[in-house]
Amino acid sequence: MSSITLTIDGQVVRVPAGTTLLQAAERLGIQIPRLCYHPHMTPPTVCRLCVVEWEGARTLVPACVAQVREGAVIHTASERVQRARRTILELLHSAVDLSETPDVARYDAELGVDPQRFVDGVWREAPFYDDNPFYVREYEKCILCWRCVQACGDDMQFTYALTLGGRGFHTRITTFFDAPMPETTCVFCGNCVGVCPTGALKGMDEYLLERGVPMALLREEKQRRKGRLETGR
Amino acid sequence: MLVAERVVRTTCPYCGVGCQVDLHVHQGRIFRVSAPFDVAPNEGRLCVKGRFGTDFVHHPSRLTKPLIRKDLGVLPRRPVERDGFREATWDEALDLAAERLAEIVRTRGGDAIGTFCSAKATNEDTYVFQKFVRAVLGTNNIDHCARLCHAASVVALQTAIGSAAMSNSIAEMKDLDVFVVTGSNTTETHPVISTFMRQAVVHNGAKLIVVDPRGIEMTRFATLWLRQRPGTDVAVFQAMAQVIVSEGLYNREFIEARTEGFDEYACAILECTPEWAEQISGVPAEAIRQAARLYATAQAGAIYWGMGISQSVHGTENALALANLALLTGHIGRPGTGLNPLRGQNNVQGCSDSGGLPNVFPGYQRVDDASVREQFEMAWGVSLNPTPGLTTMEMAFAAEAGDIEAFYVMGENPMMSEPNLRHARHIVENLPFLLVQDIFLNETGAYADVILPATSFAEKDGTFTNSDRRVQRIRRAVSAPGEARDDWVILCDLAQRVEQKLGRTRSAGFAFSSPEEIWEEMARLTPPFRGISYERIAREGGVHWPCPTSDHPGTPYLFTETFPRGRGQFVPLRYRPSAELPDEAYPFILSTGRVLYHWHGGTLTRRSQLDDAYPEATVEIHPDDAARLGVKMGDSVRVRSRRGEIVVRVAVTVRSPRGVVFIPFHFAEAAANELTIDVLDPQAKIPDYKVCAVAVEPLAG
Repeated sequence: MSSITLTIDGQVVRVPAGTTLLQAAERLGIQIPRLCYHPHMTPPTVCRLCVVEWEGARTLVPACVAQVREGAVIHTASERVQRARRTILELLHSAVDLSETPDVARYDAELGVDPQRFVDGVWREAPFYDDNPFYVREYEKCILCWRCVQACGDDMQFTYALTLGGRGFHTRITTFFDAPMPETTCVFCGNCVGVCPTGALKGMDEYLLERGVPMALLREEKQRRKGRLETGR
Repeated sequence: MLVAERVVRTTCPYCGVGCQVDLHVHQGRIFRVSAPFDVAPNEGRLCVKGRFGTDFVHHPSRLTKPLIRKDLGVLPRRPVERDGFREATWDEALDLAAERLAEIVRTRGGDAIGTFCSAKATNEDTYVFQKFVRAVLGTNNIDHCARLCHAASVVALQTAIGSAAMSNSIAEMKDLDVFVVTGSNTTETHPVISTFMRQAVVHNGAKLIVVDPRGIEMTRFATLWLRQRPGTDVAVFQAMAQVIVSEGLYNREFIEARTEGFDEYACAILECTPEWAEQISGVPAEAIRQAARLYATAQAGAIYWGMGISQSVHGTENALALANLALLTGHIGRPGTGLNPLRGQNNVQGCSDSGGLPNVFPGYQRVDDASVREQFEMAWGVSLNPTPGLTTMEMAFAAEAGDIEAFYVMGENPMMSEPNLRHARHIVENLPFLLVQDIFLNETGAYADVILPATSFAEKDGTFTNSDRRVQRIRRAVSAPGEARDDWVILCDLAQRVEQKLGRTRSAGFAFSSPEEIWEEMARLTPPFRGISYERIAREGGVHWPCPTSDHPGTPYLFTETFPRGRGQFVPLRYRPSAELPDEAYPFILSTGRVLYHWHGGTLTRRSQLDDAYPEATVEIHPDDAARLGVKMGDSVRVRSRRGEIVVRVAVTVRSPRGVVFIPFHFAEAAANELTIDVLDPQAKIPDYKVCAVAVEPLAG
């Protein structure tokens, strides 16, 4: 495989063709911020937090999928890049509960994010589903990264129980015809839970413990809940 | 957000895939299970059992103290609940057990004891168990549930190629372009392997041929689905072979270089035409031709199978028929090919490897081979019994005849898993002594005289070997409940007490201080394990045996150059019908098996939140049959065979062909094995769980 030389933040790096900018930067020890990217999954390229500036390009490019090219000059933390990332996070803060999204607090601090900037914006009302014995779906925490859909589909499980529904601001993760999980093709493998970066998908034990159910009473609580599973809050 | 006190990498306790898991622990309990992405075999994937089904570890009914039956010595024994036992100290329970076993050894000899080791326990537990049985009790009467699952595959593969494990690794599913899945409901029984199968189809365009009477989920991803009548597998595979021979699609070069018996075999199958097979199996002759051509002309063709092949009175022949296909086409010994029996239990491969069988020491070294025996006699310092012991079902029959006086059952539940349970109960009811070692009081424990409480996978260290021969670690993540002890600790203690009571001046060696020390002793005596150490497993995640030296890389796929028996052996076969076929009184064929949410006898999963998803037994029945019987979804029906009867709810589904009903065997209150038949495959001694005759009757009211 041919190798390619490029410059990232002033440092020259030689990598195999086909390497992404994000991987090339990691070789230099440069961690590019990201929310939806997962190293073992098809990049959804939806969060756009990993955008970088490519000299000569009209727009910022997502480092998770953009591949290296000979002679490219890349800036991963220019003012233009930082402003884009800051705005993305500020918009997310205005609509989504990011309290359990790892790294957000650090990104906020590093980028000088003002979580209140769009405080008058519309909060994304999103449903809470407690419809099966194994996990809950708390979509107010969902950043629509799409990993769960991919995990359920062609990246891991090939079960296809999840999909994207709605348009624009009303886009959401759902099942086909909004059916409760037990009525879908879901096999409760929880591979979606395993890749959810925001705590929107959560195992039942974890969810109940966080709500204050004592460890010793977990089983009793689950017994109590059995038979009264319902959709919606 | 809950933060884990610690995260412990270990191996899932359920099926033979051997998924690597991280147990997240909070206040001494597992609250989350996740999967690492950078490690084989599962690469971040889990199924519902692995991710959400380990809560049995913390179930309140875990055994925490040794128990002794209150009406000890009263025969026939009755099954009792917890209150039929009294708590005892370890000393009292172990001394009682040791005294009874020693007495039988003294008066009748060790062959009057039958032992069942466990495919759920570690390799180290198994090694100590078989050492105790062979070196102290002086018998080879040791077997485990492999007898009830893949015994037929083992016998067939030993005959055809001289080895009996999956020939290729799970990771090689990316290399195949055609594969046969037969007798395996892979999405429910090996869910994570099934994701890699679907990946091969969806991402690489691999062609899948499903050969199965049931409309299992994998048929949705199949290019061809050959829906044979239950029990007619041999006819279908023979006809595929006939097409491959008569159309000249066989691999002449491979046959000449690597096999023997081709000419005789080719003559023997001439009359097995697809039309002949269609008459027997109901599979259209044209579909058989297409399947044969597809498999024979593949670049890399693989065969995967499960219990549908092996759990049959002609299980050995079923598996031999598959081996013949691989030998004809040369689809073995290369990446992405192979003969791949999917092992059921987490450590059924390892339990067999570690000597949990009546005829072999660890590493399949025969007990009737004097030079092998000599090595073990030297290592253990005792003389060993040269006669192969009895298999699971043979031990049961020997107990019935009075030739066996005691069973020692560790981590198995024969009172759920044996066929024809009424008969099995009758045998145990009259057995003079029953010693059980388990983590729960299950259907077998209910008959025990003494129960020794053991630790679960999450509470101990050791190794499991998965279906593709990968030796992986399990690690202690939480502490054991009450006074429960690791199986190997209990075994070492018991062995030393029996030695003492027998007046042995020199111990065979049970002073182990850790599982690692046990592994090292076993590896010294077992050539294919010699290159595997705990330190190396920690570094590499897992090592595929055979691995004879520490600088050997391990062996993901076998038989590149040669087979263990030298040349692959073609075996001519004849189709034989099943032992019990439907008639007027019992018009349906009953097939048994598993569902996604449960595990075997249900000891674990019925004590898990998994039970909430699938709380009761069902009988799958075709809509036409349901209409004829006048039953609908959810109705209760009585299912009767010549051996017993159960009541279950109806699930109307086209998954079942007409005339065939399917019942999972997990549910004690409606145990499918009340109905099954205890006839055995003559060579492998495996019972037929897939074909017997039953009647289905609506319940009045």
